[in-house]
Amino acid sequence: MFSYIIKRLLWSIPTLFGVSLLVFFMIHLSPGDPAIMLLGDHANKTSVEKVRKEMGFDKPLYVQYLIFANRALHGDFGKSLKSKQPVIQEFKDRFPATVELAGVAMILAIIFGIGAGVVSAIKRYSIFDYSSMFVALAGVSMPVFWLGLVMIYFFSVKLGWLPVSGRLSYEFDIDHITGFYLIDSLLTNNYEAFWDALKHLILPAIALGTIPMAIIARMTRSAMIEVMKEDYIRTAKAKGCSTFSVIFIHALKNAMMPVITVIGLMLGTLFAGAILTETTFSWPGIGKWIVNAVYQRDFPIIQSATLIIATMFIIVNLLVDLMYALINPKIRLS
Amino acid sequence: MKKILIMALLFVTTIAFAAPKYGGVLVFGRGGDSSTIDPGHATDGESFYASTQVYDNLVQFKYGTTQLEPGLAKSWDISKDGLSYTFHLRKGVYFHPTKFFKKKVEFTADDVVFSLKRQFDKTNPYYKVGGAYEYWSAMDMDNIVKDVIKVDKYTVKILLKKREAPFMANMAMDFASILSKSFADQLLKEGRADDLNRLAVGTGPFYLIKWIKDDRMIFGANEDYWGGKPYVKKLIFKVIPNNSVRAAELKTGSIQIMDFPNPEEVNALRNNPKLKLIEQEGLNVGYLAFNTQKKPFTDVKVRQAINYAIDKAAIVKAIYAGLGKVAINPIPPTMWGYNKKIKDYPYDPAKAKELLKEAGYPNGFETTLWAMPVPRPYNPNGRKVAEAMQADLAKVGIKAKIVSYDWGTYLQKTKMGEHDMALLGWTGDNGDPDNFLYTLLSKAAANLPASNIALWKDNAFDKLVTEAKETPDVAKRTELYKKAQVVFHEQAPWVTLANSIVVEPMAKNVHGFKLDPVGKRRFNTVWLSK
Repeated sequence: MFSYIIKRLLWSIPTLFGVSLLVFFMIHLSPGDPAIMLLGDHANKTSVEKVRKEMGFDKPLYVQYLIFANRALHGDFGKSLKSKQPVIQEFKDRFPATVELAGVAMILAIIFGIGAGVVSAIKRYSIFDYSSMFVALAGVSMPVFWLGLVMIYFFSVKLGWLPVSGRLSYEFDIDHITGFYLIDSLLTNNYEAFWDALKHLILPAIALGTIPMAIIARMTRSAMIEVMKEDYIRTAKAKGCSTFSVIFIHALKNAMMPVITVIGLMLGTLFAGAILTETTFSWPGIGKWIVNAVYQRDFPIIQSATLIIATMFIIVNLLVDLMYALINPKIRLS
Repeated sequence: MKKILIMALLFVTTIAFAAPKYGGVLVFGRGGDSSTIDPGHATDGESFYASTQVYDNLVQFKYGTTQLEPGLAKSWDISKDGLSYTFHLRKGVYFHPTKFFKKKVEFTADDVVFSLKRQFDKTNPYYKVGGAYEYWSAMDMDNIVKDVIKVDKYTVKILLKKREAPFMANMAMDFASILSKSFADQLLKEGRADDLNRLAVGTGPFYLIKWIKDDRMIFGANEDYWGGKPYVKKLIFKVIPNNSVRAAELKTGSIQIMDFPNPEEVNALRNNPKLKLIEQEGLNVGYLAFNTQKKPFTDVKVRQAINYAIDKAAIVKAIYAGLGKVAINPIPPTMWGYNKKIKDYPYDPAKAKELLKEAGYPNGFETTLWAMPVPRPYNPNGRKVAEAMQADLAKVGIKAKIVSYDWGTYLQKTKMGEHDMALLGWTGDNGDPDNFLYTLLSKAAANLPASNIALWKDNAFDKLVTEAKETPDVAKRTELYKKAQVVFHEQAPWVTLANSIVVEPMAKNVHGFKLDPVGKRRFNTVWLSK
């Protein structure tokens, strides 16, 4: 097991190197001068040249890459061209917000997705099956921003149940301990703020979690149907095991294999999907931050954020594989 | 009975409007976050929104106008040769203490010298902090300002390299805001000079309490503000990127003022009983520039012909969704020096054809029309405007192919004069006609990369705007600018398209808010009823 982990970790080095090369040259070869982008419509010749020199854009590309790679290896991801703040600081300010949102969305997706999938598989061709699969299909095909706007219109503007956007109402002020508002508010015994933060999370988490939930539900359903046909299930039933034990102990464990892979892959896409959700719900996470950086050609942010996210992808994939290996020892052996 | 009721109602409302109330929290919803709070380094409006609340300038624009009034300088003298400006500073003004800088320091000449000199004096420790001082260079201040000298504690002298009438207007711009030298010194001592980009200590109507990136900025009222205590106790800037979501926040009452609504939603907001709308012509102009260095646009008749050929009124009506007016001159009508006597080229395809024939193009010609890829205040949809123009041009025989690039490339290529005809525009920064006429149309601005993207070099026009730049007398300058607009109209290097209208929807209980033509958002005179 240990050597398996080491091997997997070593493999990530060339992957990261490739990602850094790709990102760097792709953004630097795309048209548009970052200096002009930064200075905007009002830029004149002297200031553009001054800025280009200051930012080191007058150096050859490979030199720029070497400088960037060398700094990144030393943990220095440079400063944002726009805000002049260290990229890593900006990332730290926003990352917990994205993790909190993606985390809650994923939990919702897993609970409701697996639940709906299992029930649909057992009560095949029932009204519940048809309606939940219809909802799942709708969920997959719905654009996040549209769903978000519809929910805001309905639940916030019309009914007034939930806040429209943001992470917390302005009346509340939470001390930053972990950066996760749900946890920080509990740590400081600020239960009103906890409730407020939770209310702010509901709509964006549903919007972000809908697609993964739908996919998980469909995957679980078909995997369960397959597994339920297996001989060992028939044996279990024949042995007189309770329905609960047949479904949740015998069947679900095996049906989970493909579902876990999908969940792992989706964790990555969840961060990508967060971009739209964050923009719609004014959620101050990394999604909106990266989009802005792309618009403004804030190279240090684009490069570093992509690298950091790629690293996370690799770690998540590693964890998924490990979990896989834990559930199914055959994988470890081969 | 009815009459009495109405009278009573009127009386009550007059009372309500007459007596501003103190207290309350004002939440302003905006589309993006500030990138920095240091106005010396900022180039974007969102950053200036925040720095304006905290910092003051020596002189400032009178709220809602482009006229200058005293700020931190209560008066000033200009030497006869126009090269030396002496500012007499207000006494007893203090920088506000904050959580991150608890001292209460008096504002003096040292702060002025520091704030301005750091932008050009290479020996200043802050010269290299936080990158280039972009607006300072953009306004050509390196070639205007020679030195900033402290005469005594309350007097500062600024020496110029050349006569420059728009200089005073520049001093009212955000980049010339006055920061606290003692705070900057302390940051430097602690080895975190860069923090000037996220922490602010100023003399303005509000002080910075907290800035949560991409989420909100919280300001408190400066009770001792020299210009009068602000009415609201707290001011919050909330970042809400999606226009429709911002409007929803306004409808639910969680914000009181919103920036930039979707044009399609403006009517719904206007008709909402809980809301009201403030409208004002923006200090901007959208235009179609001809590349006057390329054939056939070297010929004034061709340029005039296109001016006749394009139905501007129809374009503005259809694409600006009512939020714009047809532009006649290169400066907006809200600006001083605007020449009202000039009559616009009417929409007249027959006349256009006739002119084309005279110019030697009886069957028209083929050309390219460049369309900007992003919405701007002066042009909400470059592509649609280009398509409408294309159709109009086709009617007089000109076949125009629409060309577009991503925004950065578009700006770069048009600055290099690669286009035939290109859509672009300008938003004024300092309320001075020079900021449009010289910046966009002078010979100096036609050097590549050019901000004069028509690459138009006209001796008569250039003489007028250069002379105006060096004339301190406003009445004389006005005359020169009016003449310059006549030359512009005859030579037609552009088709002036539109001046957009800026709208700001807000809750009905918000009073005293005005839109600033220079694009600022100011809240010290805003108060809340109920």
